[in-house]
Order: sequence, then C-alpha cells, then structure tokens
Amino acid sequence: MDQIPILKIGDCLLVSIQVDMHDRLALQLQDDLTNKIVTSRARGVMIDISALEIVDSFIGRMLNNIAAMSKVLDAVTVVVGMRPAVAITLVELGLALTGVRTALNVDKGLELIRHLIDDEQDPDDRREE
Amino acid sequence: MIVEKSETLPVRVSEDVVRVRQLVRVHAVKAGFSLVDQTKIVTAASEIARNTIDYGGGGEARIESVTLGIRKGVRLTFSDKGPGIEDIERALRDGYTTGGGLGLGLSGAKRLSNEFDIQSAPGQGTTVSLARWK
Ligand SMILES: Nc1ncnc2c1ncn2[C@@H]1O[C@H](COP(=O)(O)OP(=O)(O)OP(=O)(O)O)[C@@H](O)[C@H]1O
Ligand SMILES: [Mg+2]
Repeated sequence: MDQIPILKIGDCLLVSIQVDMHDRLALQLQDDLTNKIVTSRARGVMIDISALEIVDSFIGRMLNNIAAMSKVLDAVTVVVGMRPAVAITLVELGLALTGVRTALNVDKGLELIRHLIDDEQDPDDRREE
Repeated sequence: MIVEKSETLPVRVSEDVVRVRQLVRVHAVKAGFSLVDQTKIVTAASEIARNTIDYGGGGEARIESVTLGIRKGVRLTFSDKGPGIEDIERALRDGYTTGGGLGLGLSGAKRLSNEFDIQSAPGQGTTVSLARWK
C-alpha cells in the first residue's frame, strides 16, 4: 500500500495506520491530512496507532506536526491506541509527545474529541487546565 | 561472544529502514526478547538506519544473533562511507541536530541499548554498533 486512507465521519477525520510506514509515506500522510482538514472543514482528527509496533523519532515528529497543524486549522487531534511497549520505549527514547492528546482507544478518543470541540464552542464552559 | 547468525541489508532508501526494522524484530524474537525489549532494539535500529541514509549517504546494516555464555542477544552494526561525525560527544547530546531533527536518534538509541559504540572521523565514514541482551 502506498497511501494511508483517511475516513471522514461527521466532522471528524479518522486515520488508522495499519502498515509499517516508511518515512516518505509518513510525510505524505501528514500532507494529506493537512489538506483534508481544510477541504472537509473537519473539527477533529483521530489517529489510531494500535497496529504500530514502534514509534520512533520520525513518526513521533509526524504526530507532533499533525497535532500542531490541526491546531492552526482549528481542529483537535487525538492519538489513540498506543501499545504499552511503544509508550515505554518512547519515554526511554526521550520523545515527549507534547501537544498530542492521547486516549486509550477509539471510543475514548471520540469522546475526548467531542469534549474538546464542545469546550471550544462554548467559551463560558471552558475550564482552565 | 559467538555469532550464531549474521545477515546484511542495504540501507539506502527509506523502505530499507522498514526492512531493517523487520529483520531486527525476527532476530529479537528468536533470541527470546520480551515485547518491550523487542520494541526497544527495533526502535534503536530504526533511528540509526535513518541516520545512515540521511547523514551517511547510505550504507549497510549487519544484524547478528549472538550468544555470550548462556546469554542471547542481538548485535547491530551500521556502517556508511559518508562525511563522518566531527564531534561524537556533541552528536550524542539530546537535542543536537544538524538536520532539523529532534536530535534524539543517537542519544535515544544509546539509552535503548545495553552496548553502544560509535566509530567515526571526518572523511572516514561512520560505524555505529549496538547490542541488547535478553
Ligand atoms: N551516520 C552519520 N554520519 C554523519 N553524521 C551523523 C551520522 N549519524 C548522526 N550524525 C550526526 O549526528 C547528529 C545527531 O543525530 P541524531 O540521530 O541524534 O539526531 P537527528 O538525526 O539530527 O534527529 P532525530 O534523529 O531526532 O530525527 C545528526 O544531526 C548528524 O549531524
Ligand atoms: Mg537521527
């Protein structure tokens, strides 16, 4: 496969990474997602990495970039399903996924996205973090 | 240290990094590594393989299943004939990068390994070797 599919569900984009991505594929996904956020006016992006056996500095940077980009485009990004072994390794690698919101699974991810979007739409409701 | 099996892969294009990751995984599984230990050495391999391409202009990876007494391990050697590293200590610092990266590849791979060594000098290419034991 040489493209990662992006699904649109309501005002959310859903990406499930099912292959061991080489770097060019990761960069392409980053570009595709950014474009799709604009053209689809999505408010939320969910990236499912439950099939990923490793996250190295390159994939980590891609996730950080997507989160930062979506923020600029007024959308929230949530990364879901990181395997425990991957999380442990990321910490030792020294990679902090700052700015990337995470959730345990797709259900919790959707919940978090709704919550984050609703918070933004209703400023009076917004709590300080 | 006894080398039970040794395989060499080219490291020239980004698909090669994926192939290196997959073969390192095979060796780590055979050595009986836990899932976390597999993940650590595969991640370290990915970082160093990418450096071999990005900074070394390509090279090769030797992936070995090794034993030391009753201990099993995986040893990796990445070599290139690129420009070399002028100041190895500085390159190993968290956050140091000349390529717009995060500067975590070398330092992170070192943390993820039990043994780690860099042989490099300007104009002499670079050889990074690392090992992890069960
Ligand atoms: N094989 C190599 N040949 C020449 N220079 C290298 C080689 N590997 C690493 N370096 C130098 O060491 C620096 C640090 O490498 P390191 O992998 O830690 O960070 P990075 O590749 O810049 O960023 P990151 O890996 O976090 O994306 C590189 O920026 C480069 O200058
Ligand atoms: Mg690197």
